[in-house]
Amino acid sequence: MTEKTRSENAFSLRRRELLAGMASIPMMSMLGGPVRAQDYPTAEVNTTGLAVTDDTVTVGILHSVTGTMAISETGSVQAEKLAIKQINEMGGVLGRKIEFIQEDGASDWPTFAEKAKKLLVNDKVASVMGCWTSASRKAVLPVFEQYNGMLFYPTFYEGLEESPNVIYTGQEATQQIIAGLDWVAKEKGAKSFYLLGSDYIWPRTSNKIARKHIEEHLGAKVVGEEYYPLGHTQFNSVINKIKLKKPDVIYAIVVGGSNVAFYKQLKAAGIDMTKEKPVLLTISVTEDEILGIGGENIVGAYACMKYFQSLDNPNNEAFVAAFKEMWGDDIVIGDVTQAAYLGPWLWKLAVEKAGSFDIDKIKAALPGIEFDKAPEGYVKVHENHHLWSKTRVGRARDDGQYDLVYETADLVEPDPFPEGYQ
Amino acid sequence: MTSGNSFLTRQELLGLAVVSLLILVVLPASVDIFRLNLIGKYLTYAFVAIGLVLCWGMGGILSLGQGVFFGLGGYCMAMFLKLEASTPEATKIQSTPGIPDFMDWNQLTELPWFWEPFHSFPFTLVAIVALPSLFAFVIGAAMFKRRVGGVYFAIITQAIAAILTILIIGQQGYTGGVNGITDLRTLLGWDIRTDSAKYVLYFVNAGLLIAVIVAAQAVRKSKLGRLLVALRDKEDRVRFSGYDVANFKIFAFCLAAAFSAIGGAMFTLQVGFMSPSFVGIVPSIEMVIYTAVGGRLSIFGAVYGTLLVNWAKTTFSETFPELWLFGLGALFIAVVLVFPNGLAGLYRSYLQPHVDRLLGVKKPADDDEPASDAVPEAAARAAE
Repeated sequence: MTEKTRSENAFSLRRRELLAGMASIPMMSMLGGPVRAQDYPTAEVNTTGLAVTDDTVTVGILHSVTGTMAISETGSVQAEKLAIKQINEMGGVLGRKIEFIQEDGASDWPTFAEKAKKLLVNDKVASVMGCWTSASRKAVLPVFEQYNGMLFYPTFYEGLEESPNVIYTGQEATQQIIAGLDWVAKEKGAKSFYLLGSDYIWPRTSNKIARKHIEEHLGAKVVGEEYYPLGHTQFNSVINKIKLKKPDVIYAIVVGGSNVAFYKQLKAAGIDMTKEKPVLLTISVTEDEILGIGGENIVGAYACMKYFQSLDNPNNEAFVAAFKEMWGDDIVIGDVTQAAYLGPWLWKLAVEKAGSFDIDKIKAALPGIEFDKAPEGYVKVHENHHLWSKTRVGRARDDGQYDLVYETADLVEPDPFPEGYQ
Repeated sequence: MTSGNSFLTRQELLGLAVVSLLILVVLPASVDIFRLNLIGKYLTYAFVAIGLVLCWGMGGILSLGQGVFFGLGGYCMAMFLKLEASTPEATKIQSTPGIPDFMDWNQLTELPWFWEPFHSFPFTLVAIVALPSLFAFVIGAAMFKRRVGGVYFAIITQAIAAILTILIIGQQGYTGGVNGITDLRTLLGWDIRTDSAKYVLYFVNAGLLIAVIVAAQAVRKSKLGRLLVALRDKEDRVRFSGYDVANFKIFAFCLAAAFSAIGGAMFTLQVGFMSPSFVGIVPSIEMVIYTAVGGRLSIFGAVYGTLLVNWAKTTFSETFPELWLFGLGALFIAVVLVFPNGLAGLYRSYLQPHVDRLLGVKKPADDDEPASDAVPEAAARAAE
């Protein structure tokens, strides 16, 4: 209880300075004056028995806060709670305050399925923000489809999926990969690539797309492709092979704890990424991972994703300030954390557009929803339930942040089933 | 089966009646289908726990790799269901329609040979029991014939659990990798995801569990059961009496494996997917904990122990999403410190004297293991 009060106080302090900063940002729902709950009788906005009362609506948060994934998923939980708090500060959704029920997936995929079912069947939540790994998403997907729930999934992932019951707020593989490869081929004149990654579906699918693009569209060649089990820590042999083959680009999709070993060993083997011979391009290292790797071990590497904490725009300034106010100054914000922040906002906009909490109505309302307060800039929901978003390349600094070096001029269209890349 | 005992003593008959009443009548009548489905899932672990009572509690063979057999049974069922779900029409967006989706993602263009037989349901049913038993036989023969036992056996089973997990995760094109085999829909055209199907599956599961309890009870009462206890307590003496100790141990281990596999297959049917997270070391050890909480000598205790631990796990994690592991840890420590013989031990010290008086039994009769069912309150709590 005391903790809650404290964070609320902190929030309202922050709110004042945030409001000043955000004065220039149009707030869609405020244009027509405050929305009052009595204009939307519960019986009309909730015809399917969701957890909606006259003044509250309940959503679910389903991430791992224990187990090996907790370190990655905590940021998403924090972002979702921040978004919910901000929405409540603005009057909630259809005049109703958002309450949330948080469940722990415990880094265990069957637990995710069990908790998803609990949220949908027992708690009747109006939507769920959650999951991180592809495996957890695959585990809950049948549950969401069977009980007709709505999941906002934040992680960049391999694509090959398009569920009517999921909104994918991260990038699918082609969005994240193709623009980055084009950039490195054009700007750095890259002719040869060495692909490597952790051994599971996301790195493998991503490298498959990368290889097709490199060979068929860039006219360059792939000189090696290797995979290592999750948690692998001995990269010396592949580093030796890289030194032997001298590729222009090391394309790395190493995930989790393996990153720490990989970048330290690269540095120890004398590969200085600041010299760009070879260029290191990754799609799996966000600011969160650099905390573990250590900025000095990865300085000079390039990362390709849609958001960096250092992005220079008013939305992001306000977002970073609010995030630090709520969760402490030492916190860093990675790509997935920002994508998780979008979930509650997109859901709110969809509910308001539909004028209803019914899942089928927000499903119909979601395509075409635009959100211009996103920290990454402007995003839009595609028919295929992914987001149009820009792809950006950043270069790692030794303080653990990225400098933006390139961004696509336009939003990149999501294409979860890319033709010619499968 | 010539021990001269009646098959079930009065207390055991009562225990069987209580457990049947609980899982067949009380639980289905008192909770909704979501909770009942969860309880059905917990009960699939009870198959493993009963197997462990036979092989660990009675035979003294501690296996830390029962997840392997649970997983094998589950995977056999999952392969059948996945093939049924992967019709060419349902998978027409794939580069190769008609094969499971994860194979397509891993650039496989045809079904691997070992998947082919799983098109047949009778074969699948046989394989669910036969494959894990055969595997257990190979492990058992290799170990027990060489007189490897005790801690060494426990370590080896644990290593096998680790190896199998790595194999499944590494061969993702053939096994679904770390994601497992997901999105299972129908069994012979019958949609297993509907509420009515969940009810049916729950009762099938409960019926099988009672059958397994009776089977385990039969083993316990037979000469084989007595020999198992004897060789746990003094293996050399049994050997010198002219028995081939290894064969008895192998049999107990295979039987435990077969029980686990049935549980695994029922798990897949009720939960709708199978993944390597049930095969590895952690779930295998968790299953030993269920048995320990129930009291490792008691077949009924194993059922209650499984229900109690899983109920605690679900409740703690729903109430305290960030702290629940501590609560569960505290429960285990409390079990070991306060009642080392588990729920069955509690029952024996506090409740059994009263029950005996009611039943008109003078002493815990002619039983080698005075084991019986556990505290009804604990069961009632587990039912919530």
